[in-house]
Amino acid sequence: MSTYTKKQVHDLVEGTLDWDSVHKMLSMPKDQERYALYMEVLQDAVSYDDKVLLAVGPHLNIVESATDGEIIVKCDCGHDFGDYRNNWKLGANIYVRDTAEKMDEVYPRLMSPDTTWQVYREYSCPSCGTMLDIEAPTPWYPVMHDFKPDLKTFFEWMEMPAPAKI
Amino acid sequence: MTSLHSPFGEKLGKLLRNGLSLDENRNGILARSAETGHYNGIKTLEFKERDPIGYERIFSKVRAGLVNSREVAKKIAASPIVEQEGELCFTLYNVAGDCVATSTGIIIHVGTMGAAIKYMIQNNWEINPGINDGDMFTNNDCQTGNVHPCDIATIVPIFFEGYLQAWVGGVTHVIDTGAVGPGSMSNGQIQRFGDGLQITCRKTGVNDTPLRDWLHESQRNVRTVKYWILDEKTRIAGTHMIREMVQETIAEEGVEAWEQFALEVIEDGRRGLVSRIKAMTIPGTIKTVAFVDVPYTHPDVNVPSPFAKIDTIMHAPCEITIKPDATWRLDFEGCSRWGWHTYNANPTAFTSGIWVMMTQSLVPTERINDGARYATQFRLPKGTWTNPDDRRTAHADAWHFLVSSWSSLWRGLSRAYFGRGYLEEVNSGNSNPCNWLQGGGINQDGDIHAVNSFETAACGTGACAMKDGLNNAAAIWNPEGDMGDIEIWELAEPLLYLGRTQKTNSGGYGKYRGGLGFETLRMVWGSCDWTMFFMGNGYMNSDWGLMGGYPSATGYRFEAHNTGLLGEDGRIAQGKTIPLGEDLNPDDREWEKHLGPDAVVKRDKQCITTEAIFENGDLYLNYLRGGPGFGDPLDRLHTGRQSIEEDLNENYVLPEFAKKIYGVVYTQDAEGVYTVDSAKTSARQAEMKEERKARSVPVTEWMETERAKILDLDASPQVKQMFASSFALSEPFLNEFKTFWDLAPDWNLLESSLGIPMFGSTKTMDISEMPDCKPVIMTEE
Repeated sequence: MSTYTKKQVHDLVEGTLDWDSVHKMLSMPKDQERYALYMEVLQDAVSYDDKVLLAVGPHLNIVESATDGEIIVKCDCGHDFGDYRNNWKLGANIYVRDTAEKMDEVYPRLMSPDTTWQVYREYSCPSCGTMLDIEAPTPWYPVMHDFKPDLKTFFEWMEMPAPAKI
Repeated sequence: MTSLHSPFGEKLGKLLRNGLSLDENRNGILARSAETGHYNGIKTLEFKERDPIGYERIFSKVRAGLVNSREVAKKIAASPIVEQEGELCFTLYNVAGDCVATSTGIIIHVGTMGAAIKYMIQNNWEINPGINDGDMFTNNDCQTGNVHPCDIATIVPIFFEGYLQAWVGGVTHVIDTGAVGPGSMSNGQIQRFGDGLQITCRKTGVNDTPLRDWLHESQRNVRTVKYWILDEKTRIAGTHMIREMVQETIAEEGVEAWEQFALEVIEDGRRGLVSRIKAMTIPGTIKTVAFVDVPYTHPDVNVPSPFAKIDTIMHAPCEITIKPDATWRLDFEGCSRWGWHTYNANPTAFTSGIWVMMTQSLVPTERINDGARYATQFRLPKGTWTNPDDRRTAHADAWHFLVSSWSSLWRGLSRAYFGRGYLEEVNSGNSNPCNWLQGGGINQDGDIHAVNSFETAACGTGACAMKDGLNNAAAIWNPEGDMGDIEIWELAEPLLYLGRTQKTNSGGYGKYRGGLGFETLRMVWGSCDWTMFFMGNGYMNSDWGLMGGYPSATGYRFEAHNTGLLGEDGRIAQGKTIPLGEDLNPDDREWEKHLGPDAVVKRDKQCITTEAIFENGDLYLNYLRGGPGFGDPLDRLHTGRQSIEEDLNENYVLPEFAKKIYGVVYTQDAEGVYTVDSAKTSARQAEMKEERKARSVPVTEWMETERAKILDLDASPQVKQMFASSFALSEPFLNEFKTFWDLAPDWNLLESSLGIPMFGSTKTMDISEMPDCKPVIMTEE
């Protein structure tokens, strides 16, 4: 079992970790401590006081609210997407590429989907405009609720105390 | 009808030392496994704990023997698919047909050959045709667990001191099986009856000798005889090497030790997967989905039956539930119906093939065996493309749907890896490996021939959460990604290379971009009568990108006829320019400028076609796709390693799209070198974020407009067909759809309302309805 420093985890998040260390991370058994170090790194990177519990994306975390202890999804800019059990996408902004002209902004026409078959749905933060996710379904497809973490069990796996309002 | 009469006097219960029939023995294992949750009821790894060195010694001998035999045997093959791409695999099974260990290679066949052994057990091959030392059995039947007919398996029982102690299977991907369409993964046929030679666990050898009727019959039923027979010898050599190795191991370690090992190692494998799930993932529910376009109304798709001439979409939703006990369940409720094409899959292909992908991510270990399956609950609803309820289905290119559906699982699991900080394991998905260059006729040697280029084994990989995807490097379905040597392909195919290069702009954009695919331009050369066709995604792509990254580019088709390149007056003889291997921006149609005035070019998104005539001098573009991206593209570094500047200077992205997607501002010097102005780029990116806010709307607002389209049935026929077939097969999916869009309780979209033929939607006949047939079922249906 290998262990890593907070600096190494920070560099991993930044994409600057040396390849030898990355290769070690890939090839050796996973380090249980990674989660705690990762949370510290993510906490340092955000401007809000809420406690980061889980990363949902590069700019999106599940956090324990510093004010009322509720577990919510939050953008790095501080935008509150609400209860973590709900689909954060329903609180996002959306831009749908559903015509050939809109697809022309992304790929050459011969290298982009035919929008009668497939569209791109770009979900961004209403406050800061960060692109948080892109779906590529058929028209009519319900918005995907990608991940519903079982946080109570997760903290049991981690052998760590769970936040009160999970 | 009964199968229990033996023409040779065989009796049940003579093969095993415990006196049970093979079926009784296997049923006991299944019952004890179901009752306890542990394989064969093994709650303690007694052998491993008592004698860990002895246990590991057996495993090491077995594993090393399997790998070594594969490496030796593949040198016998002449087919570049086997010899260059390593499309072969050898696997060892216990007497119940459960995998003990496997070699490297296309380890999807851990399960498929196991399913064939289980079929023989369940259908009393023990009595008729009998199972004896020196026998060889051959299977490639898709209704007996095989993926597609071109994967031919040779299965050999291993006896020691008169009793059956194991089975070994060897599989190679042959280049042709005599299907309607030439090539191993062809289309054109729409039913099993045109899908090529299918052999159902047939005894094809006795006393270690292939039977002459088998050799004569099989060779005359395929196009590529030379490759066929050398592949057969490859499989036989490998399985016999492994049989000898196992017999030596049993002699050295003892029969009791072997028998205990052959069961305990599977429980060990089950625990191994549980351990990895707990170490790497997060409990909870992950939902993914994938799609594949099946555009069959196009005039360049010629099929024998009119009811197949419809456009459809494959739908593969998956709910991954990671349970508190660190086992998991993969539920494909909502999948669309099987279809009249060659992309259907059977449950074993699905459940076994998934480990090809998982060994590259969740379980990167040599200890892959059937234990992983016992730690996994699969649910593949009957009637869907993953579990057809009709024995007429064709499967020649089952990979087309399978790979797409697995790719979304990779993306889904990556959400868990990312959440825990294992960023190095994140993969945004993977390209569907298409295109498959296939065709046949009379080749440059004057032989009847067929081809399937496995250049596809080196596509672009999905972006990671801490680095770009790899360019033209790997394939989700073959852990030994390799595009093969040009010189070898030119020997195997009457197709000269005019170029081979990375495919600019094919990787999905993102903070980390997807790996680029590549493209090769081939010119038909030296053939007599020759056809070719395309097999890939064009109107859709099957993967999405992750956490703000874009999907990769879709495919397109380029073929050119009457090119004016060859002959005394041709452009080559005249020293004029000719198309070379880089179609930088396909919308610019650069290659057309280097063809004769009478050239006929097809450049469009119809990436599935059936056999078309190609004369010498005609051109064919083989474009292998890129991988999807990760993260907001506006987070991509401006300069340095893995940056926008590098993308521009390495031709990874077209400048036009670097501006549109990344907001880059640059200068270009006289030598064409790009330099990014970081300050101006940052300013432009800030503007782009404001533009995003301005052009987007709240999701709830958009949902109202989309809901109105649904109520108006405003969608293309293929989209409506996809939903209607999923609704017909899955009430839960229909209810989920209605709940999400707030539709009336009685709202529905029926297949019968679509105005297109839906043969197979009302009456089907499953293999289980065949007389005297007990299919192997290993999943929830």
